[in-house]
Amino acid sequence: MDVFFAILQVASLILILALLYRPLGDYMAHIYTSRKDLKVERGFYRVIGVDSRVEQTWQSYLRGVLAFSVVGLLFVYLLQRFQAVLPYSLGFPAVPEGLSFNTAASFVANTNWQSYSPDLTMGYTVQIAGLAVQNFVSAAVGISIAIALVRGFTRRESATIGNFWVDLTRGILRLLLPLSVIGAVVLLASGVIQNFNGFTEITTLSGGIQNLPGGPVASQEVIKNLGTNGGGFFNANASHPFENPNAWTSLFQNVLMLMIPFALPRTFGRMVGNHKQGYAILAVMGTIYIASLTFLTLFELNGAGTAPQLAGGAMEGKEQRFGIFASTLFGSTSTLTSTGAVNSMHDSYTSLGGMMPMINMMLGEVAPGGVGSGLYGMLVLAIIAVFVGGLLVGRTPEYLGKKIGPKEIKLASLYILVTPTIVLLGTALSFAIPAVRADVESTSIWNPGIHGLSEVLYAFTSAANNNGSAFAGLTANTPWFNTALGVAMLLGRFIPIVLVLALAGSLAAQDKIPATSGTLPTHRPQFVGLLIGVTVIITALTYFPVLALGPLAEGLQ
Amino acid sequence: MSSPRSGIPHYWVALRAMIVLTAVLGVGYPLVITGIGQLALPAQANGSKETVDGDTVGSALLGQSFSDADGNPLPEWFQPRPSAAGDGYDGGASSGSNYGPENADLIAAIEERKAQIAEFNGVNPDDIPADALTASSSGLDPHISPEYALMQVERVAAERDLAVEDVQILVQSHIQARDLGYLGEPTVNVLQLNIALESFKA
Repeated sequence: MDVFFAILQVASLILILALLYRPLGDYMAHIYTSRKDLKVERGFYRVIGVDSRVEQTWQSYLRGVLAFSVVGLLFVYLLQRFQAVLPYSLGFPAVPEGLSFNTAASFVANTNWQSYSPDLTMGYTVQIAGLAVQNFVSAAVGISIAIALVRGFTRRESATIGNFWVDLTRGILRLLLPLSVIGAVVLLASGVIQNFNGFTEITTLSGGIQNLPGGPVASQEVIKNLGTNGGGFFNANASHPFENPNAWTSLFQNVLMLMIPFALPRTFGRMVGNHKQGYAILAVMGTIYIASLTFLTLFELNGAGTAPQLAGGAMEGKEQRFGIFASTLFGSTSTLTSTGAVNSMHDSYTSLGGMMPMINMMLGEVAPGGVGSGLYGMLVLAIIAVFVGGLLVGRTPEYLGKKIGPKEIKLASLYILVTPTIVLLGTALSFAIPAVRADVESTSIWNPGIHGLSEVLYAFTSAANNNGSAFAGLTANTPWFNTALGVAMLLGRFIPIVLVLALAGSLAAQDKIPATSGTLPTHRPQFVGLLIGVTVIITALTYFPVLALGPLAEGLQ
Repeated sequence: MSSPRSGIPHYWVALRAMIVLTAVLGVGYPLVITGIGQLALPAQANGSKETVDGDTVGSALLGQSFSDADGNPLPEWFQPRPSAAGDGYDGGASSGSNYGPENADLIAAIEERKAQIAEFNGVNPDDIPADALTASSSGLDPHISPEYALMQVERVAAERDLAVEDVQILVQSHIQARDLGYLGEPTVNVLQLNIALESFKA
């Protein structure tokens, strides 16, 4: 009976996403291809000094992205440093330098790793004017990059790939903001709080004292999920009842996290003029999603391990209103997108269950991935897949009428090497540098033994892949982790962006070549299978050794 | 380093864009949502507070402890799950325990809780449901499983000189089914149950 409810839960999620796929995907295609500016947009372009009719080369587009992100980084950094003098800071002092850097990097990179406990660190002004603003804009940046790459496929002998400022503006004003207003009202009606009350001390029923927190939570909760950001208003993130009061809001937040990433293949299909290409990408994302969710649910349901067996179920770190099924659904969605929000504590999952969020992130956040980053990550893997397919049959690879030459392959290969390098290097350095190791082992690691290694591996996997979830027992508010994870998040976000925009520029500059009998069709089940294979094998080959040292070793004890 | 129009540097465009966007998304948007919440949905927006005789005694959404100053559970109240938020149900420090499945401290804690709950309620340790033995994710879980609530009936009834059947009926009437009939798990809200219990006595 329980399993029936679980299947019904997933079925209703799939139904909602299926209903959204065409209208939302087509709407996004319209937003990013329309030639008309709204009146309010024209005013905005005048204020910031941009001519919306002029397109940019990939280099100029990239400079816009980087300039905007550097300014965002400084904004969030300075807001934290000056917290003590800001209104509604709840009496919290200025955030220290290292933590301010880490947090600024984290929110600008659409990661939302939190080395701090928000309950004890962040006042309302930093949350709404710093962190939530980045929740909007970093998401809009991600979608812009994906759209720029798709334009690379659609254009012939073009020197330009769009205008970053226009893409950014439209993504915010026409997509994220309206959806957020609607979503925030739904969350409000379902019990999520929205006030500026600060803490209210009350006498409990049995005569004790409790501090009830307040805060503008609903407005932030919605964009945290919709923009696949994940940074909780509270330390307990989406398991805090004020963020996620019931199983219905939990399902709704799953929809928010998945709606844009899963609809972007439709946008892609529409823009390249062949919906079947979109369905192929969707099939790859959906298959991996369902498979991963099934594994995690089975592991948690099985409840292996000493503590879960003793307790009679894997309920440590899970809320009663969610139980196993709504917890594993949220955990899978959150780590298969680049959200990183949690409604249960991944550190307390069973050993093999805790490995699944790690694997989800190690896949490179592509099933369906973050807003925009999921699509561009998957398209890079598609390029690798047609290359592999070409090698197998001895033909020159091409994708969507574009030749995949040495330059494209180099860029795609570099792309898939960046995050594993950061993850493995960061984890290794944490144990290889004697002074760092001593600090990591004595201060940061919470669970001793093998599980401690998993905590560090999880942290770098999460940071480099811009997820932001954690094995949260790890104390990351230390000089080493604030610095190393901050750098990992920035490199893990912006090096891939540079490569993707270079790829977009290179593809846009090419003419289109007609499909021949030698062209590998990229809209059939055969290609879907090939792309799933490439995605999984690359990840497995890269990460199997380190997984064997961590969660696999723990789970197979 | 120039934007498409009139040679304005990207950084200058970015700075102006960030100022405007911060005003719109960081000030205007949350204030509008706050306005909607405070005007149209004030009960939810302010934390679904529970009152007794006009005094706020907590939030229906947040668990609270029913223990004495030393942390010992008070037998006349239904008890919530173990909590890792501060010293237990600290509304300013939400947190799970983050103990891994093989952590010796967690294993010891579960053993201890099992013995304590069995003795406290006079039940077989093997019958205690998992939610009673484990700390939640938020440390503020307002709910327990119906099984754990029913397990506490006899103790509470005895402490309050109430008929077991009456308390049993009270608990039954506080069992909340799955959301929409199929989402999540059945629950009992501990604070709401205890409020009903208190007024039942009166």
